[in-house]
Amino acid sequence: MSTSLLELKNISKRFEKKLDIAGRFARSLGAGLKEETVHAVDHVDLTINKGEVVGLVGESGCGKSTLGRVVVGLHQQSEGEKFWRGKNVAAMTADEKRAMQLEAQMIFQDPYASLNPRYRVENIIGEAPVVHGIINAKDKSAYVAEVMQRVGLDPALSRRFPHQFSGGQRARIGIARALAVKPNFLVCDEAVAALDVSIQAQVLNLFIKLREELNLTYLFISHDLGVVRHLSDRVVIMYLGRVVETAPADELFTQPNHPYTQGLLAEVPSLTVRKKDFVAIKGEIPSPLNPPTGCHFHPRCPHAASVPGNKCKTEQPLLKQIAVNRFSACHLNQ
Amino acid sequence: MLVFGNFMPGISAMSAVLQVENLRTHFFTKAGVVKAVDDVSFSIDKGQILGLVGESGSGKSMTGYSIMGLIDSPGRVIEGRIVLNGQDVTGYSAEQWRSLRGNRVAMIFQDPMMTLNPVLRIDTQMIEAITAHEKITREAARARCRNALSQVGIPSPDERLMAYPHQFSGGMRQRVAIAIALLNKPDLIICDEPTTALDVTIQGQILYEMQKLCRESGTALMWITHDLSVVAGLADSVAVMYAGKIVEQGGTAELLDHPLHPYTKGLLDSVPSRNVKGRPLKQIPGMTPSLLKIGNGCAFRERCMRRTNECEVAPPFTSPELNASHKVRCFHPHVSTEEALTA
Ligand SMILES: Nc1ncnc2c1ncn2[C@@H]1O[C@H](COP(=O)(O)OP(=O)(O)OP(=O)(O)O)[C@@H](O)[C@H]1O
Ligand SMILES: Nc1ncnc2c1ncn2[C@@H]1O[C@H](COP(=O)(O)OP(=O)(O)O)[C@@H](O)[C@H]1O
Ligand code: SF4
Ligand code: SF4
Ligand SMILES: [Mg+2]
Ligand SMILES: [Mg+2]
Repeated sequence: MSTSLLELKNISKRFEKKLDIAGRFARSLGAGLKEETVHAVDHVDLTINKGEVVGLVGESGCGKSTLGRVVVGLHQQSEGEKFWRGKNVAAMTADEKRAMQLEAQMIFQDPYASLNPRYRVENIIGEAPVVHGIINAKDKSAYVAEVMQRVGLDPALSRRFPHQFSGGQRARIGIARALAVKPNFLVCDEAVAALDVSIQAQVLNLFIKLREELNLTYLFISHDLGVVRHLSDRVVIMYLGRVVETAPADELFTQPNHPYTQGLLAEVPSLTVRKKDFVAIKGEIPSPLNPPTGCHFHPRCPHAASVPGNKCKTEQPLLKQIAVNRFSACHLNQ
Repeated sequence: MLVFGNFMPGISAMSAVLQVENLRTHFFTKAGVVKAVDDVSFSIDKGQILGLVGESGSGKSMTGYSIMGLIDSPGRVIEGRIVLNGQDVTGYSAEQWRSLRGNRVAMIFQDPMMTLNPVLRIDTQMIEAITAHEKITREAARARCRNALSQVGIPSPDERLMAYPHQFSGGMRQRVAIAIALLNKPDLIICDEPTTALDVTIQGQILYEMQKLCRESGTALMWITHDLSVVAGLADSVAVMYAGKIVEQGGTAELLDHPLHPYTKGLLDSVPSRNVKGRPLKQIPGMTPSLLKIGNGCAFRERCMRRTNECEVAPPFTSPELNASHKVRCFHPHVSTEEALTA
């Protein structure tokens, strides 16, 4: 029995969506736009065990980054409870919270935007550990050199600025900055998406190496199912703010249960499928501003019509256990 | 006069929609000459799909831009020929290019906002795209717009025509950009990573539409991407670019199953599905060299496990295998006799 590092219970995150400039402009021309609420994360339960690599997958805008930000405390949830090492975060002392925030680090989707362009790499990596008393200021250079080496960066480059590095090197700087505060848990948000294929493999290998060396736990957010399958022990599939399926990685990829997971896997391009006959998606991809009733997936689901009583349209299917370590939210599993 | 070393005119010229011969597009910057496209040749027949693969900065987009007459200063097409439907368009004036673009040839960009004007309604933009090239009533143009939107799977097109670009999701915007590209039934469409920012389900939808278009209207397609798996499912042939040059070219199955160039082989070997789950991936060491610092030899040599002293000069583009259409720019390609020995 593994112990949980993190547990989310019934977590929601809502945003009041303000109109952007283009939106306000269009409204002034008569387009019927109003400000709305987005349920970016909608009543999610999620447990991550020590040492586990959990892959988080879903379409753009389904709430992956938002969930990741709630996990590391960059967003305060609108609803629900978060437990860290079994302890309710709401009941923690300020010191306990600070310790948790160091232990759980996030690596961001956009390596350009997340590095301060006016900071030298030695400060990007070395500042937080000094501030938090992990090292003494006088040991900073040596410590930065050690962390840089660990992520495959030449310590001689520590006085450079982010723009003087390639995309792959910047990704490494982002990883080094997170590692510098000695975390146990990393949320990697599309950490390799912006990289070239040959560089992606190098950075993925770095994640694999770090996991082994430092005994890390990962929440690995990616829309690349090949990458997720390779790295993850367990996979969580989200659709419009909700978790619709979770399963051990191998089982999820070989026997997906949820119709959305099945549809998603069918679309994954593969090197071995040549001159494929692509098929049109049924229905429109709905907006998170205005999700469909009942099961969010029902307008696109090929099975919705075969569930009696129009249930898919009227009733939200709950995430239910369907086998050992497997959960799915679909009325077909009744 | 140019000499076309490795180009063979004649045989395929009849059905080729696009022929690119020894194209060189260079950028004359303060730091030096960037050879973004450096001696690139290929052709695409009617209804065929060519996948152009490579890392960022390898020259894929600039190849596309050159064919569209979109290269701006400090860049210039300094050498080579671009032939569309048998007509040499290389020396076209800006005016001539404008009448060609959006009409006989169209381009779909990674960011659909390159095509769409954020402050104009979709119908205004689409109708303008037709009337710029053709005398036609507004009603007829509108009907064609509606038709193009349904063709790319946009529901309730009448309503959508009245909307502004920001009212669409990223995937929908890209579909509108594609619909605009389809309006005048071009002979050639260049797609520059149009699905890179999209999800696999929307990508599947867009691939479906593009494939249907090629099959039904004989449109030739150039599909630029860094994703070999997409190319596997879509393209008839593949060209792999590295540092401004095509380093390998051939039929899709041939090239993916028997890569000849060490770079192509390295890319294929690093794909997660070809590796043992959870174990380190096979990786290509090092990184793409700056185009300013390549010098004379093979541009891949700093990262190549097979390099020898020979590689200090530029390798020729040859067909080491029986199949003459499978070509590689390498002194020591992974030829099949060697595979048989090591297998
Ligand atoms: N700060 C915010 N204010 C308003 N809405 C937001 C904010 N952050 C996220 N959202 C909305 O919440 C939803 C989920 O966004 P999120 O960034 O979590 O998606 P994602 O799954 O990470 O997508 P992607 O794959 O594109 O990164 C989207 O509709 C998004 O527009
Ligand atoms: N305006 C420009 N000035 C100087 N160099 C440029 C310009 N545009 C593109 N380049 C260079 O040309 C090369 C090829 O670029 P591009 O075709 O956009 O690559 P890809 O599409 O393969 O990512 C790159 O090295 C790029 O930096
Ligand atoms: S609940 Fe109904 S609509 Fe939702 S996935 Fe299951 S069958 Fe499809
Ligand atoms: S020419 Fe030489 S360096 Fe270049 S790819 Fe071939 S073996 Fe490697
Ligand atoms: Mg995100
Ligand atoms: Mg490009």
